[in-house]
Amino acid sequence: MSKQPILEIENLHAGVENKQILKGFSLTINAGEVHALMGLNGSGKSTLAAILAGRDGYEVTQGSVKYYGKDLLELDPEERAREGLFLAFQYPVEIPGVNSTYFLKASLNEIRKHQGLPELDAIDFLTLVKEKMKLLELNEDLLKRSVNSGFSGGEKKRAEIFQMAVLEPKLAILDETDSGLDIDALKTVSTGVNKLRRPDSAQLVITHYQRLLNYIVPDFVHVMADGRIIKSGDKSLALELESKGYDWLIKHT
Amino acid sequence: MSTATDTIESLVKQEYKYGFVTDVESESTPPGLSEETIRHISAKKKEPTWLTDWRIKAFRYWQTMTEPTWQFVKYPKIDFQDISYFSQPKPPANAPKSLDEVDPKLLETYEKLGIPLREHAKLAGVAVDAIFDSVSVGTTYREDLAKKGIIFCSFSEAVQEHPDLVKKYLGSVVPYTDNYYAALNSAVFTDGSFCYIPKGVRCPMELSTYFRINAAKSGQFERTLIVADDGASVSYLEGCTAPMRDENQLHAAVVELVALESSEIKYSTVQNWYPGDENGKGGIYNFVTKRGLCKGRNSRITWTQVETGSAITWKYPSCILLGDGSKGEFYSVAVVNNYQQADTGTKMIHIGKNTKSTIVSKGISAGHGQNSYRGLVEIRKSAENARNFSQCDSMLIGAKCGAHTFPYIEVKNTSSRVEHEASTSKIGEDQIFYCNSRGLETQDAVNMIVNGFCKEVFKELPMEFAVEAQKLLGVSLEGSVG
Repeated sequence: MSKQPILEIENLHAGVENKQILKGFSLTINAGEVHALMGLNGSGKSTLAAILAGRDGYEVTQGSVKYYGKDLLELDPEERAREGLFLAFQYPVEIPGVNSTYFLKASLNEIRKHQGLPELDAIDFLTLVKEKMKLLELNEDLLKRSVNSGFSGGEKKRAEIFQMAVLEPKLAILDETDSGLDIDALKTVSTGVNKLRRPDSAQLVITHYQRLLNYIVPDFVHVMADGRIIKSGDKSLALELESKGYDWLIKHT
Repeated sequence: MSTATDTIESLVKQEYKYGFVTDVESESTPPGLSEETIRHISAKKKEPTWLTDWRIKAFRYWQTMTEPTWQFVKYPKIDFQDISYFSQPKPPANAPKSLDEVDPKLLETYEKLGIPLREHAKLAGVAVDAIFDSVSVGTTYREDLAKKGIIFCSFSEAVQEHPDLVKKYLGSVVPYTDNYYAALNSAVFTDGSFCYIPKGVRCPMELSTYFRINAAKSGQFERTLIVADDGASVSYLEGCTAPMRDENQLHAAVVELVALESSEIKYSTVQNWYPGDENGKGGIYNFVTKRGLCKGRNSRITWTQVETGSAITWKYPSCILLGDGSKGEFYSVAVVNNYQQADTGTKMIHIGKNTKSTIVSKGISAGHGQNSYRGLVEIRKSAENARNFSQCDSMLIGAKCGAHTFPYIEVKNTSSRVEHEASTSKIGEDQIFYCNSRGLETQDAVNMIVNGFCKEVFKELPMEFAVEAQKLLGVSLEGSVG
C-alpha cells in the first residue's frame, strides 16, 4: 500500500497586499520524516508557516496545498488543528485569565471530539499531563498559570512543545523554535521534539540557524530564498550552508 | 439542577395558591401621572394613610426636581405623562397558548442558557394551569422560613401584614429626596419584595431559588426592602438569566438594605432585560437606585451583579458604612453589545471606624456598546482607619465600542488607605488565532477569554447562578467577533 504524503505543497504562489512572497514553493512531506526549512529573513519562511496554519491576510494566487489528499486551504484554522496540524508559534501570544490547563484540555477535547474519540475528563486529563510533563522534564507550576502569561521566552517555547506533546499532531510545524533560546533551553526543547517523533507523524522545522539541527537531526534539509526552495539535500546540506553561507549557496544554485 | 427545577416548578404553582404576587387588579389606569393617579393606585392596593401620604409627598417633591444630565448615556427624552402607572398583567387572551406559539429563537436561548425545559413555558408567558401537588416543596420552604420567623413576601403583602416594620425602614436608606428616579419610584412603586430576618437567624436557603420565576412578573417600579436584624444573615438573588421582555420601557426600581449589628446581607442580581435589537431600537431602560446601610457594628453588605441586558443600565449599588468595623463589597460584570449603554458603578461611604470596602468591576464592551464605570469612595472625617480596594477592569471586543472610567475619591481622614487599580485590555486577533490554531472556535475562544476576565466576580455569585452567568455571557456576546 503506497502511503499518501501528509503534506503536498505544489507550486504555491502567495502574497500580502499585492506583494508576492511565495513564488512557486513546492514541498512533499511523508509520515515519519523530519524536514528542515532554512532561509534568511524575508525568504518567506514565516509566510509559509502562517499560510499553512490558516492565518488571515494572505492571498494565494496559484498552486495548491494538500493535507492527506485534502485541500488544506479550504479549511478554517480550527478545522486544520482538529485534523492534526500543529503550529508551534515563533512568538506565542499571552492570554491572561485563561488557565493553561483548562485551555489545553478544551483544545485536546475539541480535537478528540472531531476524531470520534471520547473526551477526557479532568482526572484523566491531569494524568496525561503529568505523564507528558515528566517526559519533557517540565516544571509543574507552568500548568497553574494563565496561557503564556508572564512566561519567559524560553518558557513559552517549552510550553509550545508541551502542547505538542499533549495534542499529538500528525504534522507539527515548528516556526523558529530556537529563536531567543540559550543553549540549555535549546537542548531541552530539542530533546522534547525528538521524543515526540512517531512513524505516523511528521515535523517541519523552520529555522534560521544550523545550530538547532545539531539537536533535531533532520531527514531532509531545504534552503529557501526569494519565496521558494532553491536547494534540497540531507543533513549535510545544513553544514555546508553554515560553512559557506547563504549568499554562496544562492549564487551556486 | 433537577432538584432546583422541581422546587421552582412547585413554587410557581404555589404562587397562584398563596397569591404571592398580590397585584391582581381588573383595570389599568390610563396613561398620565397626577396626584389623582397616585391616590387611585394607593386605594386599589388598600394602603394605609401613612403610605398614601408618603407617596404624595414624594410625588410633590418629584415635581420640583429636574432630570439629571450628568450621566454618560444617551436616550430620547422620556414623556412621563405617556406611561401607564398601573396596569394589570397580560390578559390570558393574548398570551401564547402553548410552547408551539412561542418564538423559536426565544426557546433556543433558553436552551443555550441551560434553563430546564419545564421552565420554558412559564418564562415565555404561556398561561399555566394552576394544578399542583398537595405536598409541594414550595410549601415546605415557606414553612421552614416561617418557623424561623423569617418574613419573606411581596412588598404589598408586607404593607398589610407588617406595617410597622415597613414604616420603620422604608425610605431610611433611600429617601424620596435622594434622586429624580427614586422620587418617582417612591410615588408610584407597584410591588417588590420584603424580607426581614430576625435576630441571630441565618436564612437557611438562597432566596434566589424562590424568586426565579417570579421575575417574569417584575413590575416597572419595583420597591424592595430587606432588613437583617442583629446577627442575622441572608443571601438574596433577584433576576433571571432568561431574556425578559416588557412593553414598559422604563424600569426605575429602588432597593434598600438594612444590616444591623454583626449581620450580613448578600444581594445578587442577574439582569438580562431586553437590550434592544442589533440597531439599538427598543430595549429597556434600567434606572435603579440600590443602597445598603451597614447600620450596626461589624455588619456586612455585599452586592454582586451580572448585567447583560437592557438598552441602558444606570445604577450604583452602594454601601453606607456607618457601623464601626462594617464592610461593604461590590462585584460587578457589566456587558454592553450592539448599541447598549451602561453607566454603572458603586459608592462606598465610610463613616464609622475601621470600615472596609472592596470594589471589583469588570466591564465588557462589544459591538457599538458604551460602558462606563462610575465609582465613589468617600472617606469622611470620622472614618478612622478606613480601608478601600478598588479594581476596575475594562475589556474591549472589536474597534467600535467604548469603555470609560469616572473614579471619584474623596478622603477627609488621613489614617485611611485607598487603593485603586485599573486596566484596559482588548481581545486581540492574535489571541483568537492562537485559540483557533489549537482547535477552538472563535466564539468559544471569546467566551473563554471573557470568562477568565470575569472569574473574580463570578466566584462571588451563588453557585447555581455562577454556571448560568457564564452561559449568559456567552449568549450576550454572540456575534461580537467576526
